[in-house]
Amino acid sequence: MSFESAGYQLLPVLPELVLAVGAMALLMLGAYGKETTRLVTGLSIGLLVVVGVLELMLPAGKLTTFGGSFIVDDFARFLKILALIGSAVTLILSAEFLADPSRRIFEYAILVLLSTLGMMVLISAGDLIMLYLGLELMSLALYVVAASNRDNAKSTEAGLKYFVLGALSSGMLLYGASLIYGFTGTVSFAGIATAAKTGSIGIVFGLVFLLAGLCFKVSAVPFHMWTPDVYEGAPTPVTAFFASAPKVAALAVFTRVALTAFPGIVSEWQQIVVFVAIASMVLGSFAAIGQTNIKRLMAYSSIGHMGFALVGLAAGTVEGAQGVLVYISIYVAMTLGTFAVILTMKRNGQHVESISDFAGLSRTNPLLAFFFAMLLFSLAGIPPLAGFFGKFYVFVAAIKAGLFTLAVIGVVASVVGAYYYLTIIKVMYFDEPLAKLDPMRMELRTVLAVAGLFNIFFFVYPGPLVSVATSAAKSLF
Amino acid sequence: MTTWPILSVVTFLPVVGALLIYLSRGDDEAARRNARWIALWTTLITFAVSLILVWRFDAAQPDFQFVEKAQWLASGISYHMGVDGISLPFVILTTALMPFCIVASWKSITLRVREYMMAFLLLETLMIGTFSALDLVLFYLFFEGGLIPMFLIIGVWGGPRRVYASFKFFLYTLLGSVLMLLAIMALYWNAGTTDIPTLMNTAVPRNLQTWAWLAFFASFAVKMPMWPVHTWLPDAHVEAPTAGSVVLAAILLKMGGYGFLRFSLPMFPLASHDFAPLIFGMSVIAIIYTSLVALMQEDIKKLIAYSSVAHMGFVTMGIFAGTTQGVAGGVFQMVSHGIVSGALFLCVGIVYDRLHTREIAAYGGLVNRMPLYAVVFMVFTMANVGLPGTSGFVGEFLTLIGTFKVSIPTATAATLGVILSAAYALWLYRKVVFGKLTKPSLASIKDLTLRESLTLLPLVFLTILFGVYPKPVLDMSAASVQQLVNNYNTAITAVKAAALLQ
Repeated sequence: MSFESAGYQLLPVLPELVLAVGAMALLMLGAYGKETTRLVTGLSIGLLVVVGVLELMLPAGKLTTFGGSFIVDDFARFLKILALIGSAVTLILSAEFLADPSRRIFEYAILVLLSTLGMMVLISAGDLIMLYLGLELMSLALYVVAASNRDNAKSTEAGLKYFVLGALSSGMLLYGASLIYGFTGTVSFAGIATAAKTGSIGIVFGLVFLLAGLCFKVSAVPFHMWTPDVYEGAPTPVTAFFASAPKVAALAVFTRVALTAFPGIVSEWQQIVVFVAIASMVLGSFAAIGQTNIKRLMAYSSIGHMGFALVGLAAGTVEGAQGVLVYISIYVAMTLGTFAVILTMKRNGQHVESISDFAGLSRTNPLLAFFFAMLLFSLAGIPPLAGFFGKFYVFVAAIKAGLFTLAVIGVVASVVGAYYYLTIIKVMYFDEPLAKLDPMRMELRTVLAVAGLFNIFFFVYPGPLVSVATSAAKSLF
Repeated sequence: MTTWPILSVVTFLPVVGALLIYLSRGDDEAARRNARWIALWTTLITFAVSLILVWRFDAAQPDFQFVEKAQWLASGISYHMGVDGISLPFVILTTALMPFCIVASWKSITLRVREYMMAFLLLETLMIGTFSALDLVLFYLFFEGGLIPMFLIIGVWGGPRRVYASFKFFLYTLLGSVLMLLAIMALYWNAGTTDIPTLMNTAVPRNLQTWAWLAFFASFAVKMPMWPVHTWLPDAHVEAPTAGSVVLAAILLKMGGYGFLRFSLPMFPLASHDFAPLIFGMSVIAIIYTSLVALMQEDIKKLIAYSSVAHMGFVTMGIFAGTTQGVAGGVFQMVSHGIVSGALFLCVGIVYDRLHTREIAAYGGLVNRMPLYAVVFMVFTMANVGLPGTSGFVGEFLTLIGTFKVSIPTATAATLGVILSAAYALWLYRKVVFGKLTKPSLASIKDLTLRESLTLLPLVFLTILFGVYPKPVLDMSAASVQQLVNNYNTAITAVKAAALLQ
């Protein structure tokens, strides 16, 4: 089968093409049909599944196209599937938000699709141009969905804040990319890797700006300031989205850039990543303690978790990359489960977001409380739950790489972090119950059950995820 | 050889019981009764199956028995279970004490009984797993996993300051353990495996030994607990429900001592030798200082909690003496303390159920209305003091002999501590049991019920049996202890010889 255009193989980008064309078709459907929100959302989920299947059906091994600027390797496949799962589950979680007749925004699903397309491009990016294309497509769609609760001042503020700061970070990233291009004469990662054998001052400058832009996207300290406000202001399903799929893509490109474009100057970027990881873990742990709003708390929690994931990257080895992949997979599962719980928090038809609203949940709704407690213990990294294995793999890599200080600070931060997760469990289990919550919706129940069971029983058979992550990590080296 | 995975069955039977309780829905009185009975039967069956372990155990063999191995996480990290003479006593201690815990909670727990029983059964699985895991990562999983049910037990069913106590317990223990996790990782990269038998035979570089020893020490010292990181224990004990205190004192504390025996001594012999004076110092302080603190307590549970810290001081001292008597004494003292302190907390629970206070001042003259209770309490008090003829004596005596060979000042100071322990224990006994019964609240207090007598009698029997005939426990562990001590001494002599040559 010849599947070419202008001399370029199109097969590797087939899933992306299907997603793009599908999104356009759904946009038309939404624009010209009536009352189509439900239909478009449902079809979007179907489309994401189809794209995922296509991605898995691509020939094995490393495929490249567009002159090496688009790479499909095991690393990309792994993270794309994860991002697709994240997006699809987010759409499922959004069902209630979209069902509100006063809103009627079918564009929401389209924007999520386009953002996912951006993520897929980002994950597969093989040069700085493709990276920027993917990043912007992803981010622009995200800015809009953040503000999708149009009549709500906080949501609008969240969208605007995210946009302004996001634009700033894109500028920094672009500036860094241009410096790197200027000093190496190429934009492709492979080319940069051959040119940047030594850390000349120009390349290091470019590297710093580039990484600063990427840190913004993964919401790592010191570029995290937008996260709590945006998480709190955006509608909850959107927050769930922000916390899952885009983090996967951003972390993916962070890893790919660091490991494939700058393998010659590891010590230069390693110190940056070590600092960012420590700062994120520590700030994420300490700043979350004072929070009373569960969404803000999750924002700090995600900052902390990105710090832990970056611990793996800081190692700069195959084990490290594997740790990042295992960590982010488990993180996505935990986060989506947690947001399914947060979305259930409704009393008399009103969403409640304060931590004290969970009081006595273990008595009014024992099963929900149990799953949530297990998710929180898992987020805190307590064995035998899945979150422990995530931390295990990143720290094992850090120890092998000799980053002992980083590892010690990391585990101590995780103990501090455990405190605020325990606070929520305390509210659920030790405090007196409040009025009952509204019954849980079917789709939320399903998401929570799947995420919760994965989280509890991961330790029984962790082999598959770990081995897939290993082969994905190896494809980078 | 066994044909069925008996150790895994013992470990995971309680989980099956917990699932059964979960499946029996409802929250009426019938459901509560069901939960209690299922929990009791599960623990009894687990105990019965664990006796098969004793029966088939070959005490002459120092190596691990009932070994099971299966592929698990990655190369070098596997599901590996097995027991030797050091771990088997703890497995049996756990399975034997759990039925008592369930019975002790029969009447006193009325709130959320199903969850309570499930938490206890899960905790049992995690505790047995800790003692029988032969892979460091697996060990860590069980070791740390126990925090979750214990946190909930203290926090949900505990006393007035339960939130503070449960947080303190959880965070203290977690902080110690995460450092151990890093050391486990370092050992993994050093030997390419976390398999415990392999690691025991792998020489660890001196530098890594020191750091890994310190990291393991951070975890086990908190768990033991050793002075000065013992402060979580009195809080946790006071706030936990009776059965929670029993499990905490009798089994969870032993994980620290077991950890020293299983990891610190065999894997890091040189570091253990280097740090032995530190341990001796901390143990002696624990013995003397916490005994003095115990003298000042007004709460019965707190007093026993501090006495636990003192008794654990004997254990650490004996273990790091590195002599046969010391190590064997440490194992014995832990088993004995498991029985005695567990029983003491049960005794406290019995009067607490009647009066709902643990203030020593609220009691007095109980002997007048509770003669049977007075006798039982006396046996355990004497065992706590270490009176010859009770199991408490054997452990303390052996650890003191073992230490005497290595460090006379330590042994001397620790022996002085025994006097103090007699002081606080007898003082407590006099205040609570003797004297005139003048307090009106005590006027109608009833003696032990049949259920309570049935719980305490076997423990009285064991305390005295092991006091006059400690052979069963000592024999069970002798071969493994001997091997451990031999390896330890070989490693140290080798280094000393090398140092002389240079």
